[in-house]
Amino acid sequence: MMKLLTQLIGWIDARFPLIATWKAHLSEYYAPKNFNFWYFFGGLALLVLVIQLLSGIFLTMNYKPDAQQAFASVEYIMRDVQGGWILRYIHSTGASMFFVVVYLHMFRGLMYGSYRNPRELLWIIGMILYLALMAEAFMGYLLPWGQMSFWGAQVIVNLFSSVPFIGHDLAILIRGDFVISDATLNRFFALHVIAVPLLLVGIVFVHIVALHAVGSNNPDGIEIKKHKDENGIPLDGIPFFPYMVAKDAVAAVIFLIVFCAIIFFAPEIGGYFLEDNNFVPGNPMKTPEHIAPVWYFTPYYAILRAVPPLFGSQFPGVVAMGAATLIFFFLPWLDRGKVKSIRYRGPIYKTFLAAFVLSFIGLGWLGMLPSTPTYTVLARMLAAVYFAFFLLMPWYTRIDKCKPEPERVTCK
Amino acid sequence: MNAIKKLALLLALMALPVTAIASAEIHLDSAPVSLQKDKASLQRGAKLFTSRCLACHAATHMRYSRLRDIGMNEEQIKKDIELPEDVQIGSKMQSGMDANSAKLAYGVAPPDLSVIARSRGADWLYTYMRTFYVDTSRPNGWNNTTFPNVGMPFVLSDLQGDQILEVEKTGGHEVKKLVLKTPGSMTPVEYERAIVDLTNYLVFMGDPGEINRHQMGWIVLGFLFILLALVYGLKKEIWKDIH
Repeated sequence: MMKLLTQLIGWIDARFPLIATWKAHLSEYYAPKNFNFWYFFGGLALLVLVIQLLSGIFLTMNYKPDAQQAFASVEYIMRDVQGGWILRYIHSTGASMFFVVVYLHMFRGLMYGSYRNPRELLWIIGMILYLALMAEAFMGYLLPWGQMSFWGAQVIVNLFSSVPFIGHDLAILIRGDFVISDATLNRFFALHVIAVPLLLVGIVFVHIVALHAVGSNNPDGIEIKKHKDENGIPLDGIPFFPYMVAKDAVAAVIFLIVFCAIIFFAPEIGGYFLEDNNFVPGNPMKTPEHIAPVWYFTPYYAILRAVPPLFGSQFPGVVAMGAATLIFFFLPWLDRGKVKSIRYRGPIYKTFLAAFVLSFIGLGWLGMLPSTPTYTVLARMLAAVYFAFFLLMPWYTRIDKCKPEPERVTCK
Repeated sequence: MNAIKKLALLLALMALPVTAIASAEIHLDSAPVSLQKDKASLQRGAKLFTSRCLACHAATHMRYSRLRDIGMNEEQIKKDIELPEDVQIGSKMQSGMDANSAKLAYGVAPPDLSVIARSRGADWLYTYMRTFYVDTSRPNGWNNTTFPNVGMPFVLSDLQGDQILEVEKTGGHEVKKLVLKTPGSMTPVEYERAIVDLTNYLVFMGDPGEINRHQMGWIVLGFLFILLALVYGLKKEIWKDIH
């Protein structure tokens, strides 16, 4: 049996770089041995991507991308398709969990300086993935054709019409019509099911290639490739397979426990993962009292609403919202600190990072609430803190008093 | 440090009641929903729903055959639910009135109730069905404190009786109370029980799979916890020589 397997592998390896790839990226690819909790989320993001792709494929077998039939087809999946309700809950929970995992993954990057030299391109590729993920989620949310689906899309696509000169035509191009309609649903379906998933899979591949080219960062922020043994293997490195695969397997099971607890016991999570108002079929004639995006977009929504209109146009808010996302791209060049990891940073950086986290959470909270004068003032203050983290970074990272970095990784 | 104190204050301020969103004025009673333990309640609710509500409302995503999940066999479904002659057991619950006529009669088409429990919530439905009162200023003669100026007439007035809204002015404060003026065929306790049954049924109808979902969930989580122990043991074994 084993001989047969060895022969088969040999046959493939003579025609495809199987063993070489296995060695280069798994059994002889060296990762820092001091990886902690924060280093699970990249692998978990890949797991969630696979979960979403598989559940999405089976949902597509029964979903009808037609404005008259979409809502009913989702209920058909929930009730009449065998196991349909599991698929639906997997996909809706997976969407929110994707953002939980990705935000924690990005936060790891902020804490340990994973965007710093030589990983700037890796960070940029990751940010492109984030933008693609946001597009995917936005388009996917229209598909159930509930009230929130319809009106959320109406609000956001209307923002594009505020772009000077091209706005009106741009919004029509996106919608395929003058209002959100069946045409919009059809094109969002095509993009959500084929175009963006292909992009996501391709860019994730590029993301991992870029990572393997420079090797992972680690919680101490030092480069393990600086100290190698006589065979060229980093002294603080351990082979990805089996060590990291075994460790990630534990993380994956813990993740699945949380995931399944949600799916089987509380798939709506009080209206945050599956919104109440989305169980009302989308009605162009009836504007909901309160339109808010799903929780993972609410920080940006709060920033959008916080900016006052200029010359009657909401475009400044749109610019601020876009800037809030795009500013992440510039992190590798905004950070002038002498050390990478928060472990060796001074008090100023730690304060700004804490303030940033609080502002992100606070803006997210405000984005879920209706806009009142008090909340708008709060949102403006928090938006200022949010942008200050990035815009003041070249200054405060330079003057911050850092601690000396160790030569070798510290464990536990 | 001042910045952090300011932020902490901001966060504390934001913990202020979030009830500004929904009509915070309307108090909702807590519905004693129990799906798992009370199949009898669900069956009573199903009978009430199909005999009273389907006259105007539809539940087009719900099939009669799904009532098997609450312990009714085909005979019971045909007899107790009083299926019309031409309706098969697997048919979806259509309304007795077509949407256009209903819209003419009531000003708005009665909404489909298949997932009403998921959009409105059990508490809202439980409260709504008990807070109708006589209001001659309304075209259909009824109003509702949970849904002001609702287009729906109170079809269960024969069961609950007629309530009126009494407004008391105490010290510049208006206190509104619903008082039962004319009793119906059920006592208040019986009617409240009937509405609990109806709410239970509507919650079930909103997501019929929920009954099985919890049972399945325990098995899945049990499996995953065992798997966790195994995978963790494997990790420890593989990592024993590191550090």
